[in-house]
Amino acid sequence: MKKPSKELAPFDTDSVDLGAEFRASNIKEVLDKLDLELIGLKPVKTRIRETAALLLVDRVRKKLDLTAGAPSLHMCFTGNPGTGKTTVALRMSEILHRLGYVREGHLVSVTRDDLVGQYIGHTAPKTKEVLKKAMGGVLFIDEAYYLYKPENERDYGAESIEILLQAMENNRDDLVVILAGYKDRMDKFFHSNPGMRSRIAHHIDFPDYNADELLAIAKLMLAAQNYRFSPEGEKTFGDYIRLRMKLEHFANARSIRNALDRARLRQANRLFEGTKKSLAKIDLMTLEAEDIAASRVFLEGKLDGEPNTGTEIKK
Amino acid sequence: MMTNVGNRITQGQFSFLPPLTDKQISAQIKYALKNGWAIGIEYTDDPHPRNTYWEMFGNPMFDLKDPAGILSEINDCRKTYPNHYIRVTAFNSTRGVESPTMSYIVNRPKKEPGFGVVRQEVDGRSIRYTIHSYATDKAESERY
Repeated sequence: MKKPSKELAPFDTDSVDLGAEFRASNIKEVLDKLDLELIGLKPVKTRIRETAALLLVDRVRKKLDLTAGAPSLHMCFTGNPGTGKTTVALRMSEILHRLGYVREGHLVSVTRDDLVGQYIGHTAPKTKEVLKKAMGGVLFIDEAYYLYKPENERDYGAESIEILLQAMENNRDDLVVILAGYKDRMDKFFHSNPGMRSRIAHHIDFPDYNADELLAIAKLMLAAQNYRFSPEGEKTFGDYIRLRMKLEHFANARSIRNALDRARLRQANRLFEGTKKSLAKIDLMTLEAEDIAASRVFLEGKLDGEPNTGTEIKK
Repeated sequence: MMTNVGNRITQGQFSFLPPLTDKQISAQIKYALKNGWAIGIEYTDDPHPRNTYWEMFGNPMFDLKDPAGILSEINDCRKTYPNHYIRVTAFNSTRGVESPTMSYIVNRPKKEPGFGVVRQEVDGRSIRYTIHSYATDKAESERY
């Protein structure tokens, strides 16, 4: 963070210490945590930093009576499954809260079911109730493109969108809306709802992870559950990731989490059936290469969890 | 008229004070939310003190975090019923309590005629007294 020049207000010699303001907001802590806990996602982090800087500068400006309207902070997160959209949304609400942009800083996560009603007259109260719950915090709408179903013109989703738009415009001080979904479908969604697109200032795209990033994520996940790889285990898991990425239904970090859960299962089984009578703490913590190599991704080039008699995976 | 000091009825909290501003209402709501009470908005045009159950405006609101949503609902109600009494009630659902713990009027009619005493002669020379709201002499939608 650079120090501001004295010429912030041309006719005024008042100055403020941006650095002090930065420290007072504790925002650094959150940003550092973001760097540490979220692997990769370079464009996302840059965008969050920019947003944080803007809000901070805005706050300083307010102190010098340089008023500007509150910036619109509605966002749209697009990206493939498992790229961390929900995790970032959670972090976002915390950042916005620390910067005093939202009052409470809670995240209300909803999908189509929570917003759209079953019959005429059901949608508006339902959407409004969700909006009321989200006031003072962040409303996160996952898979937002499901709200609009062009093939059914009597679908109530459009009504819900209308109410959302109104709230996004009128309650800008009370609520931040974050839409999330897969890139191509969100594009289609915005194409048919131009009003929505223009009200969202920040479109953030979440890139896919590469194999090294996924391995780093796996290690973080394991550490959080008090597990770790043995050196060979880590190498095997690296191979696993590379093979798995080529198969279909690959969902980035989510697939990694599932693979780790299955590896834990095999580890437990190995320990249970093993001849070793007394186990050290380290045995209980370590995932060995064989726990991972037993995966069918290695043996048959098929997904785990598919039925045994399943057909070959079409590429 | 003793029942209508200053031409305004006094029911619930804060009713002897000047009308609450939106900011003060927000602060009161915030207090209720902090305690985990559900908030309901009610209206009536029959302010008799024994008329306990007013009409609800929308559903009671649970699980809210911020007063902004409730305030907008209050303003909606004021827009729909500008000349009715509107009150905000906070309901405490703790087992054993299960009753409203806060209740205050946030909107009143411009002119409040108040209540008159009604004397009824009964058996012998006995007299029964009761109060009667002047406003309720008129039909429901024409009272204020």
